[in-house]
Amino acid sequence: MTTLAPEPTAGTVAPPPDTPFDQLRVVPARHPGRWVATGVVAVGLAMVLNSLITNPRWEWDVVAAYLTEESIVRGVWTTVQLTLITAVLGFALGTVLALMRLSRSPLLQAVSWGYTWIFRSVPLILQLLLWYNLAYLYESLDFGIPFGPSFASVDTLSLIDKFGAAILGLGLHQAAYSAEIVRAGILSVDQGQLEAAASLGIPRRRQQTRIVLPQAMRAIVPTAVNEVIGLFKGTSIVYVLALGELFYTVQVIYGRTQRVLPMLVVAAVWYVVLTTVVTVVQYYVERYYARGAVRTLPPTPLQRLRTNLTAGLARVGSRPDGTAPR
Amino acid sequence: MTTTPTRPGRVEVRGVHKSYGSHEVLAGVDLVVEPGTVTVVLGPSGSGKSTLLRSINHLEKVDRGFVALDGELVGYRRRPHRGGERLHELKEQDVLRQRTRFGFVFQAFNLFPHLTALDNVVEAPVSAQGRRRSEVVVEARALLEQVGLAEKAAAYPRQLSGGQQQRVAIARALAMRPAVLLFDEPTSALDPELVGDVLGVIEELARGGTTMIVVTHEIGFARRAADQVVFMDAGRIVEQGPPEQVLDAPQHERTKAFLARVL
Repeated sequence: MTTLAPEPTAGTVAPPPDTPFDQLRVVPARHPGRWVATGVVAVGLAMVLNSLITNPRWEWDVVAAYLTEESIVRGVWTTVQLTLITAVLGFALGTVLALMRLSRSPLLQAVSWGYTWIFRSVPLILQLLLWYNLAYLYESLDFGIPFGPSFASVDTLSLIDKFGAAILGLGLHQAAYSAEIVRAGILSVDQGQLEAAASLGIPRRRQQTRIVLPQAMRAIVPTAVNEVIGLFKGTSIVYVLALGELFYTVQVIYGRTQRVLPMLVVAAVWYVVLTTVVTVVQYYVERYYARGAVRTLPPTPLQRLRTNLTAGLARVGSRPDGTAPR
Repeated sequence: MTTTPTRPGRVEVRGVHKSYGSHEVLAGVDLVVEPGTVTVVLGPSGSGKSTLLRSINHLEKVDRGFVALDGELVGYRRRPHRGGERLHELKEQDVLRQRTRFGFVFQAFNLFPHLTALDNVVEAPVSAQGRRRSEVVVEARALLEQVGLAEKAAAYPRQLSGGQQQRVAIARALAMRPAVLLFDEPTSALDPELVGDVLGVIEELARGGTTMIVVTHEIGFARRAADQVVFMDAGRIVEQGPPEQVLDAPQHERTKAFLARVL
């Protein structure tokens, strides 16, 4: 808090009534309500912490023992793989769908619309089971000329195993949502940008990749990260395929040891860690795409910490002689 | 694909009509702009000035009539057909190639906000004309210097004032080495004190012999820089001629009324 004029040392006599206002001491406004609220919340936090520590049923020793246990780490790795692959697949296909939806071909528009409609309508868990049972519908998959001869034939079961079904189900489902996110981002870019690019004769593909998408990213990134975080946790649904990701692994372990709660805490801790990593990445990605959109870039958390520390130290240092902090 | 535009820039507009729904914006416009001359288009808002300008570089497709640059049709190609001839619509990439012969300066600047001033200028010559980046960068710096912004090369548009942004936009248009420059109310979005800087740059270009078509409300600029002044109203050219004739001795009632209001 800054004051308008140097604060007189404590204990000095109040200045006479006709002193010019710029030499008077400024008394900061008081906020009693804020202090009460802060106190209430602090007590609440203390109660929660106390119960977490003192209630033995949390079994923190079991949590600690299993947190880095080999099968758990393998499960975490599978969860990370599932998330990253489906996020890339979902957003790649989503971008294509968004561009189709915005194209001038009525068929492309309709197909894109239809895709989004279907894949958003059918529950994910149902889609996963459908993909896993694809071999029942089509025993083998042929690659060749449409309606013509086939060059290669693959057994469906060998191509779409549990992991494949999970990737397909999550990825195609994600694409439907991603398409709308990318489309919203593209629509948020000013029409004048396309006109300027067209008037300069910039080729159409380059207009999209160099001019429109980089600007759309500012609107896309926050929602996209939301989706990736959702995916991290959403991958737990593939336990229905008995695929050994984090949640399924945890279930297997507590099925054997009966230590249900500590194992759920283990999973929760890992999901929090993964989400935190993504959130940190998000901050820097957003900062990157903010170039040009703001006059000066916001400081990174590290820079902010440094400024706050220096300011704090300066304040502590300035106390003894009674001068006001700046 | 390197295009080396030959300098002349003769623009011919013949019988151009354009409607949005039932509203006729251009109702038969004929205009010839000789190479190296400056044409200023005046007229009340809604008279079709901007639409005419946007039709010239095919940002708008016209309903009837044609536009030609140095005898080459804009947006179409003549092809023999059963003893006669037909007009074929050009593919988008050919239209884009034709557009590189026009430089367009927008009222709202339309700079690319995520690119620096220098990259705004460098982008199109590299991606649309396939020129070497290193060579274009040197030229872009010279152009920024020409518009008085040499030290702003690394700045993003949002860090520049409106007048500075518009001057970057002019440098961006010039980087394509266009035969004709089209200005759509280049100073209408600017604070009055910044208008002079931008008009100064445009007048400098005019003295250098660049062919220009300028839609504006700046009568003073028309008087100083124009070889030909065109007055439009309700989608038609009402009056045209040298500035001293159109501005000082207008023949048509509507021209007189308009000038009485803006002067």
